[in-house]
Amino acid sequence: MKAVELENIFKSYPIKKTSVQVVDDVSFSVDDGELFGLIGPDGAGKTSIFRILTTLLLADKGNAKVLGYDVVKDWKSIRNIIGYMPGRFSLYQDLTVEENLEFFATIFNTTIRENYKLVEDIYKQLEPFKTRRAGKLSGGMKQKLALSCALIHKPKVLFLDEPTTGVDPVSRKEFWEMLKRLKSQGITILVSTPYMDEAKLCDRIALIQNGKILKIDTPQNIMDSFDKNLFAVRSENMFKLLNDLRTFNNTESCFAFGEFHHLTLKDNDINISDLEKYIAQSGHLNATIKIIKPEIEDCFMQLMK
Amino acid sequence: MKQLLTFVKKEFHHILRDKRSMLVLIGLPIVQLLIFGFAITNEVRNTNIAVLDNSKDETTQIIITKIESSQYFDIDRTISTSDQIEKAFKTGKIKVAVIFQQNFQEELAHFNKAQLQIIADATDPNQATTLTNYISSIVVDYQNQVNQQNKLPYTINTETRMLYNPQLKGAYTSVPGVMGMILLLISAMMTSIAIVKEKELGTMEILLVSPMKPRLVVVSKVIPYFIISLINVATILILSVFVLGLPIQGSLLLLIGSTVIYIFCALSLGLLISTITDTQQAAMLISLLGLMLPVVMLSGYAFPIANMPVILQVLSTIVPAKWYIIIVKGVMIKGIDITQIWKELLILVIMTVIFLSISIKRFKIRL
Amino acid sequence: MLITEKEIVIKTDKLTKKFGDFVAASEITFEVFKGEIFGFLGANGAGKTTAMKMLIGISNPSSGNAQVAGYDIYKQTEQIKKSIGYMSQKFSLYEDLTIKENIQLFGGIYGLSDKEIKSKSEELITKLGLNTEADKLVASLPLGWKQKLAFSIAIFHQPKIVFLDEPTGGVDPITRRQFWDMIYEASHNGITIFVTTHYMDEAEYCDRVSIMVDGVIKALDSPENLKKQFNAKSMDEVFLMLARGAKRGE
Repeated sequence: MKAVELENIFKSYPIKKTSVQVVDDVSFSVDDGELFGLIGPDGAGKTSIFRILTTLLLADKGNAKVLGYDVVKDWKSIRNIIGYMPGRFSLYQDLTVEENLEFFATIFNTTIRENYKLVEDIYKQLEPFKTRRAGKLSGGMKQKLALSCALIHKPKVLFLDEPTTGVDPVSRKEFWEMLKRLKSQGITILVSTPYMDEAKLCDRIALIQNGKILKIDTPQNIMDSFDKNLFAVRSENMFKLLNDLRTFNNTESCFAFGEFHHLTLKDNDINISDLEKYIAQSGHLNATIKIIKPEIEDCFMQLMK
Repeated sequence: MKQLLTFVKKEFHHILRDKRSMLVLIGLPIVQLLIFGFAITNEVRNTNIAVLDNSKDETTQIIITKIESSQYFDIDRTISTSDQIEKAFKTGKIKVAVIFQQNFQEELAHFNKAQLQIIADATDPNQATTLTNYISSIVVDYQNQVNQQNKLPYTINTETRMLYNPQLKGAYTSVPGVMGMILLLISAMMTSIAIVKEKELGTMEILLVSPMKPRLVVVSKVIPYFIISLINVATILILSVFVLGLPIQGSLLLLIGSTVIYIFCALSLGLLISTITDTQQAAMLISLLGLMLPVVMLSGYAFPIANMPVILQVLSTIVPAKWYIIIVKGVMIKGIDITQIWKELLILVIMTVIFLSISIKRFKIRL
Repeated sequence: MLITEKEIVIKTDKLTKKFGDFVAASEITFEVFKGEIFGFLGANGAGKTTAMKMLIGISNPSSGNAQVAGYDIYKQTEQIKKSIGYMSQKFSLYEDLTIKENIQLFGGIYGLSDKEIKSKSEELITKLGLNTEADKLVASLPLGWKQKLAFSIAIFHQPKIVFLDEPTGGVDPITRRQFWDMIYEASHNGITIFVTTHYMDEAEYCDRVSIMVDGVIKALDSPENLKKQFNAKSMDEVFLMLARGAKRGE
């Protein structure tokens, strides 16, 4: 049995008199114990998919199941076995860290002590601030508390909607380390993120844009399926270089990627020396060109077109 | 059960930690009751009036003395002509003038009829009505005395209490009104805001995705406000009896019982509001405009319903506070029992059932 | 970037902000040059927002000095506000106004003449390719477009400096880069860019980067030099090395 299954899910919202298709024929499944990532920018439909799966929203069309339970018919059963962390920080700001955790433990019919082992790792970092109001915690700490609250009843499937949005790189890294540990305890995790670099930390990912799935596979397979040579180019004047590369007649796409510009060419078999010559002619000093392996972000951008 | 208790505890944390909501919940009822309870009595004390006695006989002197001896009027002796009266009204020196016709006593003796004119400054109509009522009541009081004397000539003239105790008059109308308003404010407005707050914060999402039954969530949200409403009923009643000197003529049990029904009615209204709004702001606006305004305007608390246009009279029947105020007035002041107010009670119960079933129907187990 | 002469547009000297006993920003000292893209990085709660609020003149420092666009941040906040632009992820545009109305509104706020607003807003709408959408509500635009429009409006009155607070959060990868193209262009035209971001690849696009940890600026240099200094392969590594040592969780 799959942990999560979606079959041809559609959902549209009326926005300013026009109907916007936020989920457009989405199908995928998540295996038991898998860490599955839904990767896409804001407005791609990630939150709607999460809400459909957590029984909060009814799809217009299609079927969805969580651990074999139908999201429409068996909503009560599903609510007993899943953990959910919505995108917005959704804890009681005027309750303390401990009061929040206790509260959520009770409404899930359990106690902190019963499942302490599961949240111990995360909650230990919060314990010094036990009596602090949740509203006074930092972004990273809030995420940890929210995760503890979503975990306290030992859910079989954990839904995390953009848990790392707006969180700094350090806290993000720590958060993903926590997810890895949870996965090792057999919890199925479905996570969404707009950060492409986090995709590699998932077992499998679905790239999503404008309500449509662009691709579903392991991060490695997706990166391997990039069908063009990808050049990383840099020189001393990166801004000029970007414009120059874009006007190169063989350029298919060129984007800034940190310290390099990533370039794909229309004619994949072009001799690299042509490119070198062009860059030199444009007056760039100390230019370097190398062929690199694509990142998920490269793949996403290629698929977006 | 543990879920419920924890939830209620959490709810009290929210309330106790927010000073503003505490103030509204506990402070407002007391302040309102005291303001409304004392306001009217202060207004009419020691009002300046002029008396133009064109008869100057025994009877007019007795009436004037009676007016003067009441603590509500001071007679301005410098005014002795009708011209002066007109001037005094214009400058605001006096609020009321009492004019006796010529030969007052004689007319009364011979024709059983005499003219006494009361002129009031009606720029403030409420005050003018109150003042003229006071004076009429003093005159009526004198008449009663005279009539009694006629039947039993040798009875010693005793001091009679006024029929309408002016000091209590303000509290008589304001206490039932304040109760109707405060309970609605706390039960309906605060409850709807508290529920909508969870939606706005996003915590409702987590609560819905928990095994806790959605209806239990609502019940737990409502309980604290029910308790606070009861506390407020107690403080209002204690204040009315011991500070404002209002009696509870009828059965206390009946009063509390019908109050509980009214609270349920208001709570279900609050629930209804929470099902149709998504922001605290909207919930507050609907509560204020949709509930408070009709309560003040149409419940008979500020303006008598009998004087309203027919449309408003019809509209006033759907305002729960109207029925509740009738009940409170009846039980507290007139001391009537359930046989005389069962209709009003039944209306409240029916309203509660209607509000509750609509909200249950509208309550969403999803977002 | 085009630095003809190194004109200083932001200069801070031991700028400090305390909230009670808590030192949110401690003795911050740095300079930003004209036309520079200055990356202002730090973990959540490191004090970035506090520092930025002082620089844009909406929060008074506890001690220290600073000049922004040549104006003193204690006495000349009004002049500062006129010579800067500001855009944040949270608030940038009025969703219930149309694109044209938003441009006109902000043009008016910054005291541009009606004529100027009219000609410049047409120019801007054409440049963004929004001619057919100009009379639509901002709410109907995709996020990426909103952010691009917000940036354009932030530099509409040609400020000396534009402050960008996490301008690209949640935006798709292509739009994110188009956004940076706009930043480059503005910098090229002499506008100084002061930007915070959580995307470490964006730190690489900056001329210089400062990294704040626990209220203190721990490092400040070009991305290249920082990588050398910390012997790291990427800015991501540099950042992690510095921020991992953070004591406070805000």
